[in-house]
Amino acid sequence: MKKLLMATATTALMAAGAAQGEEIKIGIILGFTGPIESLTPQMADGAELAIREVSDSGKLLGGATVTPVRADSTCIDAAAATAAAERLITSDGVKGIMGADCSGVTGAILSNVAVPNGIVMISPSATSPGLSTAEDNGLFFRTAPSDARQGEVMTQVILDRGLKSVAVTYTNNDYGKGLADSFKSAFEAAGGTVTISAAHEDGKADYAAEVGALASAGGEALVVAGYVDQGGSGIVRAALDAGAFDTFVFPDGMISDKLTENFGTEIDGSFGQHPGTDSPGVARFGEMVAGKFDATSPFAPESYDAAALILLAMQAAGSSDPAAYKDKVMEVANAPGEKIYPGELAKALEILANGGDVDYVGASAVELIGPGESAGNYREIEIRDGKITTARYR
Amino acid sequence: MTDLLNAIVAIANYVLIPGLAYGSQLSLGALGVTLIYGILRFSNFAHGDTMAFGTMVTILFTWWFQSIGISIAPLPTALLALPFGIVLTALLVLGTDRVVYRFYRARRAAPVILVIVSMGVMFMMNGLVRFIIGPDDQRFADGARFLIKAREFKQWTGLSEGLAIRTSQAITVVTAVVVVALLFWFLMKTRTGKSMRAYSDNEDLALLSGISPERVVMITWLIVAALATVAGVLYGLDKSFKPFTYFQLLLPIFASAVVGGLGNPIGAIAGGFVVAFSEVTITYAWKKVLVYLLPEDLEPAGLAQLLSTDYKFAVSFALLIMVLLFRPTGLFRGKTA
Repeated sequence: MKKLLMATATTALMAAGAAQGEEIKIGIILGFTGPIESLTPQMADGAELAIREVSDSGKLLGGATVTPVRADSTCIDAAAATAAAERLITSDGVKGIMGADCSGVTGAILSNVAVPNGIVMISPSATSPGLSTAEDNGLFFRTAPSDARQGEVMTQVILDRGLKSVAVTYTNNDYGKGLADSFKSAFEAAGGTVTISAAHEDGKADYAAEVGALASAGGEALVVAGYVDQGGSGIVRAALDAGAFDTFVFPDGMISDKLTENFGTEIDGSFGQHPGTDSPGVARFGEMVAGKFDATSPFAPESYDAAALILLAMQAAGSSDPAAYKDKVMEVANAPGEKIYPGELAKALEILANGGDVDYVGASAVELIGPGESAGNYREIEIRDGKITTARYR
Repeated sequence: MTDLLNAIVAIANYVLIPGLAYGSQLSLGALGVTLIYGILRFSNFAHGDTMAFGTMVTILFTWWFQSIGISIAPLPTALLALPFGIVLTALLVLGTDRVVYRFYRARRAAPVILVIVSMGVMFMMNGLVRFIIGPDDQRFADGARFLIKAREFKQWTGLSEGLAIRTSQAITVVTAVVVVALLFWFLMKTRTGKSMRAYSDNEDLALLSGISPERVVMITWLIVAALATVAGVLYGLDKSFKPFTYFQLLLPIFASAVVGGLGNPIGAIAGGFVVAFSEVTITYAWKKVLVYLLPEDLEPAGLAQLLSTDYKFAVSFALLIMVLLFRPTGLFRGKTA
């Protein structure tokens, strides 16, 4: 018994001796209570998976250990989120923040806590276009694309098919309006013409009047930034009935099996795009998770990537000081370098330690553009013979 | 010349045909409201939900017929189910009359009290419909969808504008004409119809001449149930069925009845078309038509749309207020409200 105790104590000592590197804390601030509380546990699990992978490898900064510290952003209460982030930095001493989740609290934490304290923040899920231009001193990144991005992608999809003028109708809420506005500015900047951008209300019995206005404005195709279960389908139905448009462009809210179920071959030749990727990263992430939590839950892959990016940037900078590693985030996320998929973080740490270069692909095919946000991956679809088919990935 | 034809076709496709169908639906609804006002002497706020109830019953029968394979293709099965809808709706409104309205009628309650009572009935029916079929959209149209398809029309004529006529639009107009003709024949030629008109003109004199008031009231409710169900089913076939939109229909229906003159059946029909065409023409973007008609340098840059389509209901409201301000008895001299 005594021997066993001795042995345990010695092992513990040796272990402590081996891990002589520093102990790094990473804050995970997500809305564990509030409107998206059903998503956040999986997001946090995703981030902690990456942190454990790095910590267990013992290769970060010559054997540093990493521990996650969770805090509640509430998703909607900016004051509570700010206080929680403040506590993470001043009392827990975190070196980076994986979060926050919702766009409103993310902006609040960024301007009130992260920038004044000089802490790097990578959000897995804040998609508001407003955050692209927020004052961040190069400290803020996101592994989720800005909502404005879909407008640019849709512009490209339409122009590539040789269409120059389109009519736009959108569902009258933040999603529809935001998408329609970002599309309009992107499309016009690229030389296209938007003949009309008109809202429609969901849940009406009849959209003949709306389609009348759209048809009068004209255009080679109709962009329907709505919901397939709601007014979006009503608009398409009325447009087909009146013979107003033959070709439709469908953003993410419209693409589901319901669409082809409703219209079948009537919308052959129409096309669209929605977030999606053919990167093998997602599948590897699923294998790694191995059923411990739901790996397909929204933003869980992005959370894994956000945490991994923080740690890889530290390795590249050779320091856990946010002021030093903030400039390395874009470098490790983008080409050139060896492609890194989920489960290969140890390999990446080794390459970086040897002065090599990595291109982190991760679970969500990360590619950071502009002010440090994900370019997003979109699947371009086309309706053929009444079926949704993949045209290509962008 | 082709420009002129294109302009005419565009107007027909986006204004004339939808307006005609919508106007027929409103007219049938307004006839029901106006009959209740003329004979029972109150504004029946439960009318929209009576329409919803009748349509719901018809939908349930339609689904049952479809499931056992009965159909009258190319016509929609709903037409076959319509009589069943009318019967059950008649039972419902006779039941409400028996347990609710008769009580107040016996005490000769003021019309405004009956209006409030009818609102109570409206909420009850509203709940009943949602309880049975749910608040969601239901589609029950089947059979041939189009008489003329826009794409085929373009191919036949070589015009750049298409013209589409849906089966439901044609059925709506034909049914409305038949129903209105039957109703007027009944009111003008039959003994019961005459007694109803007498009762409407002067209740006391009608009583003196031996007309049974309860019989007149019962027949009125039966006719109203039939009109409400037909109007509701036609609207649902043409557009789609959703309890909430039927509740919202109350406004244009009342506007139609008031514009035409409450209590006057001819007025209800005229009012229905006035409201329908005002809504459609004021919210239609005329750019397309003007581009065809005007010389190139006069073409409008904007959409030439007076009001956004979101303000459709505002048009009925504005009409209602204008008529009440300047001609309270309506276009066809109904009873003063």
